[in-house]
Amino acid sequence: MGRLDRVHIDKVAKRYGTERALAGVSLELERGTMCALLGHNGAGKTTLLGVVSTLVRPNSGSVTYRSGDAKLTGEAVRREIGLLAHASLCYGELSAIENLELVAGLYGVAASVSAVLDQVGLEPRARTRAARTYSRGMLQRLALARALLTKPSLLLLDEPFTGLDRGGALALGEQLGALKTDGTIVVVVTHDLEAIAGRTDHVAILKRGKLVCEEHSELPHTYDQLKDLYHRNAA
Amino acid sequence: MLRHALRIAWKDLRIEVRSKEIFMTMAFFGALLVVIYSFAFPNDAAAIRGSVPGMLWVSLAFTGTIALGRAFDRERENDTMRALLLAPVPRLAVFVGKAIAMAALILGVAVVVVPLLALWMNAPLFAFPLELVVSIAAGAFGIAIIGSVFAATLLKARSRDVLLPVVLYPILLPLFVAGTKCTAGLVAEHPNLEAAHYWMSFLGIYDAAFLVLSLWVFESLVIE
Amino acid sequence: MNKLLVPVLCVLAAIGFVVSIYLVFFYTPLDFTIDHDSGRLVGTSLFFNETIMYFHVAHAFVLFTAVFIGGIASALYLWKRKPVWDDIAAATIDISVAFGAVVLATGSIWAKAAWDVWWQWEPRLTMSLLLWLILVGYVLVRKFAGPTADRVAAGMAIFGMVGVPFIYTMVGQDSHPGSGANGVAFTLKGPMVVTFWVSVATFMVWFAALVITRVQSTRLEREVRELRERALDLGVIE
Repeated sequence: MGRLDRVHIDKVAKRYGTERALAGVSLELERGTMCALLGHNGAGKTTLLGVVSTLVRPNSGSVTYRSGDAKLTGEAVRREIGLLAHASLCYGELSAIENLELVAGLYGVAASVSAVLDQVGLEPRARTRAARTYSRGMLQRLALARALLTKPSLLLLDEPFTGLDRGGALALGEQLGALKTDGTIVVVVTHDLEAIAGRTDHVAILKRGKLVCEEHSELPHTYDQLKDLYHRNAA
Repeated sequence: MLRHALRIAWKDLRIEVRSKEIFMTMAFFGALLVVIYSFAFPNDAAAIRGSVPGMLWVSLAFTGTIALGRAFDRERENDTMRALLLAPVPRLAVFVGKAIAMAALILGVAVVVVPLLALWMNAPLFAFPLELVVSIAAGAFGIAIIGSVFAATLLKARSRDVLLPVVLYPILLPLFVAGTKCTAGLVAEHPNLEAAHYWMSFLGIYDAAFLVLSLWVFESLVIE
Repeated sequence: MNKLLVPVLCVLAAIGFVVSIYLVFFYTPLDFTIDHDSGRLVGTSLFFNETIMYFHVAHAFVLFTAVFIGGIASALYLWKRKPVWDDIAAATIDISVAFGAVVLATGSIWAKAAWDVWWQWEPRLTMSLLLWLILVGYVLVRKFAGPTADRVAAGMAIFGMVGVPFIYTMVGQDSHPGSGANGVAFTLKGPMVVTFWVSVATFMVWFAALVITRVQSTRLEREVRELRERALDLGVIE
């Protein structure tokens, strides 16, 4: 029902007061691809993610969400979007189960809470404890469960690997790869090139709000390719 | 829309019932305010009668604003406001849900503070209980409605703790004055019910007007 | 914005100043009666220092107009999101804070001379004070709220504007609902009318000149910034 096939970002620009966050950025996102959004801090990556997730209204330009031939807008788009950020997006005073049930209610999906918690590996004993007692790793798993519960067709990730150990980061990378193969559009903003190496087929680099480099590739980029692209363009 | 709003309101109330943090601290703060008043104002019965309405509404103003700040701070902690706005529910549902929860919270604090005022100040606040309850409810709704709009808008602003009162008080002034005058009519030596009813309808119209305005502009204000 | 607009307005305002001063001090007769019962300025009876009235009320007109312009411009800004509306709202309200301060100061002086108190919580002064507080709040928010300042301030301006009728009703009612804020516009007779409207017009023109200058300067600042960014992008400057 209305899964996103393509997201068309067209000359999006955004200012915050006197600061220019984005300047005429255009990008196409296709289903079943993973796009790495790279750049220095302040280059506009988070803002671009905000625009794509409908939380930030651009000063000019637009974003079009296509499902087949149809264009989706408003709530229909938001239903298809999942977000995994540095913050957990969950309420500390509620337990994992309660948080997920709330999300299920808001998104109108079946509350297959235990299934998705199993999928991310959150131990059963912790599921009824308040989320603020969780360790960082557990919180990240809860956040991932939250993102996966609604089966989004566009998954946006904002520095998801921060605070994870090597094992956790690789596991998450694997999850993302699986989702991509499943047809989800995955967009990752990160500095951790190792974690996404071997999975991305689309790289976009922002510098001071402008798109300075964009590369599609048949084969997933290797770590060295990513590093090279980054150093050549973002600096 | 209403269903989602209630879901959000219920979530907030459930969190509050569990931790009781805002309720207890604000009820205590309200009680402290009443104690301060007893020292700050002269102690004869006539003077008290005159100042009790003001004390009541000043308490609501202070505790209400702090409660708003704290409740919305919760949405900052794990960026859950972003999650709410991202959900496929009308964004107005977020507003209505938060406003309902805030109104309930403020009323809860009033339930503690008003009897305390009546008790410690020996003021006949409950002479006309129906009018008192309705006017305080109207006041609480007004604070909750306008407060929720601005607390949500200020969520990402700098100096938001200080700015919330700066923004709210000038706009809420008519509400506080109307409430005070209404309560004054109820508490007076010769109760002036006509004036009290006048101010109650003032509060009603005020709430209605700002509710409509809030529903209109909430999404514009909250989305960057 | 026409290049000549501001200079023309300034010249008009200057003429207006000169004419007003002449009218106020040399042309308009003074009216000596006050109502001894209430000590209030009633109807057409004004106290001897009514010369201040022409400045006081003219600035008050500006204050009221500013609240509405600020509110409407803010609403348009939230709707259309074009920076020019935000500029207009910000300029109008910033400058009207100064005008509002004049209203309160002259009102205070007038009160001292008329009623021998520096302040009186009477309808008109109270209302001016409350409106002024809303405008000051707007300025503070703009200054201190950081990147979200434009939205919060716009919200405050709109809510403030909607609050005006409530403030008006509220100050007009004491425990005697009869004596309302009937004095926001009072009846004047004869030559006083001319002087009154000339001074109002003068200060409105002066206000317009200030606001338009401010809006133009904000726009120029923005253009310079954009040029600089483009130059940085092209690598022309570091």
